[in-house]
Amino acid sequence: MLLAAVEYARPTSLADALAALGRSENARALAGGQTLINVMKARAAQPDLLVDLADVAELRGISESSGSLEIGAMTTYSQLMDSSDVFGTRPVLSRVAGEIADVQVRNRGTIGGNVCLSDPTNHFPPLMVSMNASFTIVGPSGERTVNAGEFFQGVYITAVEPGELLTKITIPPAQGDGFAAVTIGKDGTCIVNAAATRNGETRFAIGCVGAVPVTSLDDIDPPSDVHGSAEYRRHLAKILVDRAIAEAGG
Amino acid sequence: MNITVTVNGETYERDVDPRRLLIHFIRDDLDLTGSHVGCDTGNCGACTILYNGDAVKSCMLLAVQADGAKIETVESLSANGELDGLQQAFSDHHALQCGYCTPGMLMSAKHLLDHNASPTEGEIRKGIQGNICRCTGYVNIVEAIKAASK
Ligand SMILES: Cc1cc2nc3c(=O)[nH]c(=O)nc-3n(C[C@H](O)[C@H](O)[C@H](O)COP(=O)(O)OP(=O)(O)OC[C@H]3O[C@@H](n4cnc5c(N)ncnc54)[C@H](O)[C@@H]3O)c2cc1C
Ligand code: FES
Ligand code: FES
Repeated sequence: MLLAAVEYARPTSLADALAALGRSENARALAGGQTLINVMKARAAQPDLLVDLADVAELRGISESSGSLEIGAMTTYSQLMDSSDVFGTRPVLSRVAGEIADVQVRNRGTIGGNVCLSDPTNHFPPLMVSMNASFTIVGPSGERTVNAGEFFQGVYITAVEPGELLTKITIPPAQGDGFAAVTIGKDGTCIVNAAATRNGETRFAIGCVGAVPVTSLDDIDPPSDVHGSAEYRRHLAKILVDRAIAEAGG
Repeated sequence: MNITVTVNGETYERDVDPRRLLIHFIRDDLDLTGSHVGCDTGNCGACTILYNGDAVKSCMLLAVQADGAKIETVESLSANGELDGLQQAFSDHHALQCGYCTPGMLMSAKHLLDHNASPTEGEIRKGIQGNICRCTGYVNIVEAIKAASK
């Protein structure tokens, strides 16, 4: 498919990436491109400048210290699967990364892109909420940290403002995690998913039943579509929360 | 934009429009028409290539992203008109019918065997999960990959 005309920049530092994003109101960050390229094919978004984050070293890398994990926004799903720091501390992250789509998508798609998209059917948003992750966002006016509860604001809307970038995700230590989903085919799109994390008390979050991950089973108002009615999704939500909590040991 | 890309061991320098998808660059600019376009939405895998050693769908990248990259397409497999072991195994096991999915399927299989020389049947199936075949029912493809493994 021929995309609409667009300019392209591949900065090599965070400062240059922010400067490039500042050049146009309609500039967009390009991470793994596993959603954005399709969105551009469908003309659902028409950025005039793509700022490719591939060479920005500050957005890469995984580190672990006293059970707390720091994951660079440009970390791919394949890297999450292969990182001993990740599967050694929070194996659920490696496992869920390995349940997204297929090898080719996992080799390109990034955890930063997954959360910045804020698609209600994506795998990582509920897990980030149950884990109480915090998100480091950098923009022209400096750096701030937002927790997962405030990060996801709506369908395709997050706390990351135009001109800003998510740089890393920090996951505080916990005693156990769980994730359960019913998907369209093996490793397919989630019909409903749920994540749970035990750290003294057990927190859970449900995906696919609202605009952002939901943390209570009361009064959920899920959508109906060809893959499941609202009633069916409500039913799945209860079961998947139970499974996620059981896996987390809560 | 000027880009330099190494494809199947040969280095190409080309001026490309940033909106050009990598698959079109490979097929139309370099005339390497082995890689196919099926869905153009990242779902079917017919456009799968190796990109710095990783299997990726080349309809989901821009050609300009590949500046400096090392790419292998299905054309890299055979040499001097001889099929390589994986291609021969596909032929021997009737792992193709119409052949449309085959270039992508071969590159995913190559990626799998490059990383895991003796995969189990489950690992083979997981390795080709991103490649849709409408003809074979996959059984013979799995057999062929098993035969090509160690
Ligand atoms: C066939 C197929 C099936 C898929 N199935 C699933 C699935 O089942 N579950 C699932 O979770 N995902 C699925 N995905 C989507 C995939 O996970 C994407 O990788 C993900 O949604 C976006 O990540 P990306 O790195 O590709 O980001 P991109 O597509 O490059 O970007 C997505 C958005 O995030 C913004 N962005 C990216 N990084 C940053 C950053 N650091 N700071 C600020 N903004 C940023 C971009 O500007 C863009 O708006 C699928 C994709 C395909 C092609
Ligand atoms: S044409 Fe690229 S995945 Fe179908
Ligand atoms: S052989 Fe026809 S699609 Fe696979």
